[in-house]
Amino acid sequence: MRNTTPKAAPLSDEFAAGGGLLHRRAFLRSGTVLATSMAAAGLTMREAVAADGPEWMTKQGAPLRPYGMPSPFEKHVERAVLLPFGPVADGTGVALTPLQHLRGTITPNGLHFERSHNGVPQIDPAKHRFMIHGMVKNPLEFSIESLLRYPMVSTVCFIECAGNSFFNSNLFSKAMQVPVGHLHGLVSAAEWTGVRLSTLLEETGADVDAKWLLAEGADAAGMSRSIPMEKALDDVIVALYQNGERIRPEQGYPMRLVLPGYEGNMNVKWLRRIKVLNQPTYTKDETSKYTDRRPNGKSNLFTYTMDAKSTITHPATGLKMQGPGVYEISGLAWSGHGAVKRVEISADGGNSWADAHLEEPVHSRSLTRFRMLWNWDGKPTTLQSRTIDEKGNTQPTRAKWSRSYGPGQLNHCNAIQSFTINPDGSIANVFI
Amino acid sequence: MFSFKEIFADRWYTAAAAAIFGGFILAFASGGSQDGAQAVSLGKPLSEEVIAAADLSITPDGTNLPAGSGTPAQGKIVFAKKCAVCHGPEGKWREGLAKPPLVGGIGTLKSDKPVQTVGSFWPYATTLFDYVRRAMPLNAPLSLSDDEVYAVSAYILSLNGIIKENAVIDAKSLLKVEMPNRSGFVSRWPGHTH
Ligand code: HEC
Repeated sequence: MRNTTPKAAPLSDEFAAGGGLLHRRAFLRSGTVLATSMAAAGLTMREAVAADGPEWMTKQGAPLRPYGMPSPFEKHVERAVLLPFGPVADGTGVALTPLQHLRGTITPNGLHFERSHNGVPQIDPAKHRFMIHGMVKNPLEFSIESLLRYPMVSTVCFIECAGNSFFNSNLFSKAMQVPVGHLHGLVSAAEWTGVRLSTLLEETGADVDAKWLLAEGADAAGMSRSIPMEKALDDVIVALYQNGERIRPEQGYPMRLVLPGYEGNMNVKWLRRIKVLNQPTYTKDETSKYTDRRPNGKSNLFTYTMDAKSTITHPATGLKMQGPGVYEISGLAWSGHGAVKRVEISADGGNSWADAHLEEPVHSRSLTRFRMLWNWDGKPTTLQSRTIDEKGNTQPTRAKWSRSYGPGQLNHCNAIQSFTINPDGSIANVFI
Repeated sequence: MFSFKEIFADRWYTAAAAAIFGGFILAFASGGSQDGAQAVSLGKPLSEEVIAAADLSITPDGTNLPAGSGTPAQGKIVFAKKCAVCHGPEGKWREGLAKPPLVGGIGTLKSDKPVQTVGSFWPYATTLFDYVRRAMPLNAPLSLSDDEVYAVSAYILSLNGIIKENAVIDAKSLLKVEMPNRSGFVSRWPGHTH
């Protein structure tokens, strides 16, 4: 138990913190009860199946098909597409990962979030060329075919749009009632596989005094961002594969940059060109867009690492409670600074906190699943989570985050998410 | 072939900076040598002409700005034909148009209702040329001539009162344009001062 305020009621040994948060051993106890009651009813699995008479056991199933698809009963599990400009620009917007419908830590490829600035290009890989030039000894171009022959590395990491959680940012003065996937679904995680950018830079004989790169996509926005050489030489991947298959068009087919821990926009999709430079380019998207205005009117520039963050995904907005009783609180935590070390949960609006269990493996700079048992007494209460990463970074309250940025500011919002559970079972996003 | 590892070792290994850069010397060592990546080298040489045709990006020092020029008056014609449908006549935003507006907001950044536009917010005029050339008009990117890009950039700058209506914008004069919010940014990247 941690940080219990004097106000909180005394807890029995079953409880880890206020509001009904349970220790893990509470689970074992209720598990015993369940097993006992099944045995008492005297049911075997086989009898239960026969009584149910599932029709799919009585006829042949569908033929085998070359590419597996989700069950038609899972049709509702899809990304929410938001187009800020409407029909004026229907290729400009976001598609958000439906976090309320997913478990685990790896995002299925078709549900990985997307931010595109002028549509998804359909690139013929045989015609795609990737070039590295600028302050290099030998400017070179690489075909996809040749890149596929290089030794490859894999990294499991999250990619998070700098604008993730904009519903909780200073764009809104009142908490919006939208599913948790809308609130925080501009983060996804995958295993990315490809060639180290450092390998290709070395082949071109890039100037070591050059501190910056410019990376550019082959989309109709010509998306371009400056990238520090230090990061490029550290862990950046020119990715060709996403969770084992070639990258989806929405994610940058045939190739994209992956910069573990850095804001999504820098992970340039449809990568066509890298120019080695001794200065940043100050592109539109790193000046007009991915900058953060402070209350004094000045703006942060080049804020790259995505901060420590978390959200409960179950229970959360977009779902409904099924009455009082024991639930598993489950959610996702991440930090661009490194591995998630601890996640604390509060079930009493932040009065008391307890450590959640972290699911292994905990990858550095990827999504970590946390969980904790909770006995809901049916009364209104507020659930929260906060990450502490291996460097000691944690999350501010929404009120504190909001005060540190100017009016209307939306990027890099890592405020603590609060969900109020109402007696009728509905769940609300609230600002605290 | 020359290797990054050697150069880093040579230049910095004994320097005080070794502590900072040690991390990526190591990263490089494992990237290059351990997995044998350097054994494969399949890049094809690029000619200057191919690079020149592909290189769209322009830095604030004006590197790579093309020849050509334009005036606000010429830009007004281009804008009416190719931009106003989404950005409104004279770049003034109204409901249903692309955001943000291209005009106005100068002096509002500290206020309760800050308006970020090219005029009020962007630190460098080179960015305007770079972006319009690569990405606008949204429905026909890369369709403008360099003269048209200079002209329409000049028009947007003059609508914001940043340059005079009779100014001629080219590679030289674009660099002299003083953007109102030039010093309004604080770099969060260590070692880079904006
Ligand atoms: C089909 C609609 C459309 C047309 C036509 C169009 N634009 Fe745009 N423009 C947009 C949209 C949408 C955005 C926002 C894009 C984004 O944020 O990724 C935008 C953004 C911009 C911006 C950046 C504004 C900022 O502050 O970030 C500039 C500058 C711009 N347009 C200039 C032009 C010019 C000049 C033309 C004509 C040559 C033009 N646009 C034509 C839709 C259009």
